[in-house]
Amino acid sequence: MPIEADLKALWITLKLAAIATAVLLLLGAPLAWWLARTQWRLKFVVETAVALPLVLPPTVLGFYLLILLGPRGPVGGPLESLGIGHLAFTFTGLVVGSVLYSLPFVVQPLQNAFAGVGRRPLEAAATLRASPLDRFLTVAIPLARPGVLTAAVLGFAHTLGEFGVVLMIGGNIPGKTQVLSIAIYDHVEMLEYSRAHWLAGGMLALSFLLLLSVYGLNRRVTGMQP
Amino acid sequence: MTIEARFRLTRGDFTLDASLTIPSCGVTAVFGPSGCGKTTLLRAVAGLERDPGGRLSVSGDTWHDSACFVPTHRRAVGFVFQEASLFSHLTVRGNLAYGFKRVPPGERRVSFSEAVELLGVQPLLNRNPAELSGGERQRVAIARALLASPRLLLLDEPLTGLDAASKTEILPFLERLHEELRIPVIYVSHHFDEIARLADYLVLMDAGRVVAAGPLAELLRRLDLPLAHAPDAESIVETTVAGHDEVYGLTTLGFPAGRFTVPRVDLPVGRGVRVRVLARDVSLTLQRQSGTSILNIFPATIREMSAGFEAQTTIVLDMGQGVSMLARVTRKSAAALNLAPGSRVFAQVKSVALLGPAATSAVRRVTPDTADPNPSRGGGGREAGAGPR
Repeated sequence: MPIEADLKALWITLKLAAIATAVLLLLGAPLAWWLARTQWRLKFVVETAVALPLVLPPTVLGFYLLILLGPRGPVGGPLESLGIGHLAFTFTGLVVGSVLYSLPFVVQPLQNAFAGVGRRPLEAAATLRASPLDRFLTVAIPLARPGVLTAAVLGFAHTLGEFGVVLMIGGNIPGKTQVLSIAIYDHVEMLEYSRAHWLAGGMLALSFLLLLSVYGLNRRVTGMQP
Repeated sequence: MTIEARFRLTRGDFTLDASLTIPSCGVTAVFGPSGCGKTTLLRAVAGLERDPGGRLSVSGDTWHDSACFVPTHRRAVGFVFQEASLFSHLTVRGNLAYGFKRVPPGERRVSFSEAVELLGVQPLLNRNPAELSGGERQRVAIARALLASPRLLLLDEPLTGLDAASKTEILPFLERLHEELRIPVIYVSHHFDEIARLADYLVLMDAGRVVAAGPLAELLRRLDLPLAHAPDAESIVETTVAGHDEVYGLTTLGFPAGRFTVPRVDLPVGRGVRVRVLARDVSLTLQRQSGTSILNIFPATIREMSAGFEAQTTIVLDMGQGVSMLARVTRKSAAALNLAPGSRVFAQVKSVALLGPAATSAVRRVTPDTADPNPSRGGGGREAGAGPR
């Protein structure tokens, strides 16, 4: 049976994934919307930057985040002097890292879904007196529903499974920044295979169920987006 | 009150350079070949295309000039696209309510039930757009546009892409719209039969420019425009049902310069009916023929004749009381009769087609499922040949 420390790690993992997903959707949706509709010729530069975490070793991202958010970093320093405190080895730091790391998994399905909606339904909504924000919320989002669902689940699942970024920026502080993937690693290092089994098996089942629900729900609506 | 517009915009290698003033009442048709800029013009009126140098004012309100650009959602336009563009995530009822609930209750000009009744969409309310036929979808789209209480209704070829049966299904609804609501309509089409039935005012476009604009009946008889030279050039006459002859099964339709006698139509006396007379169905004689089977014969004066070397010449006839009509005769006959502007003649009208509401009920009754042999002109009226020839 998993002990209390393991349950703590599970709780932190789920909390991190939920918060990161919420932030990802709030930031990712406008970004994806803009990318899907802009005619700007340098848009590909933004797309490249968003896609970077797909190819970057997580430790590289984590390393730079640690420097950036640490007590003497260009972001952590000012935060420290404002009395808020730097973000290295904190839960907030984990959220920042997770959001950046999972960004492409949220933005790309959303962008494809928004592009698939096309201009016409939005033009129709405009002639029916809907303001731009109104059109986005009542036409674009519902029509892009499969993409939104895919984005949310991929963002959540990807955050659940991350390791390198979390280890670099969050450290491995049990009860504070220790997440499930790192707890499994610790157990294996200490040859506590049965406890590792509990956590690893649970992760496997959870991830499978999550993806199953996306594919199952989207099957009726359209094909998978990413 | 008028709608004044001035647009100059370039999209790819197409340039729209249009300037026009149209009445802000009744149906204005914009007619021209595909790709002449009709749709772009309509989109610019709706604010869906933005032209930095454009100007647009509707009944005195400026929607667009150098200082302001009212965005589409504040323009109070209804727009019906060529494809219905219903929201697939909403039911028919949800689609209809979308614009309706965004209009403050005090500003609503059309009630929900009124639009539902007018377009006959009651049985469709709980269906999804994907389950509707093309004609049903377009009716829902029109009702949806009306429920946004537009001050100006823009229809972009709403019948294109529909089969003949769906067209015959929708045209009557458009006619009721015309009769029952006082919302000005701009109707874009490249099918003249729809325009002949619906329009009061006509804007002719070609290659991004406005060629001519004016009342429909007037533009039809202008010899400097292509309409009067088309193989089926026609005249439009507004008539009212004057009486029925039960013995011979005939109906008389009065117009300012006389009466047409046509086969019996089931319409009450006093009802307005628009009729179409093809130029090639009007022949001319110098004396009133007595031994003829043709019932519709009117005295007229030749006002104008087309020049040219074709076999036929198109003649504009002045029937008196401001009515004019086109006739088409061979140049040989014109020379033999010594026809010239000012000549007094008799016009023999061989056939009159009823357009508008009368034709609708007639078409439905006589041929309930009209297969349209000639999509560019068919589906319009019922040829009511007056008497044996």
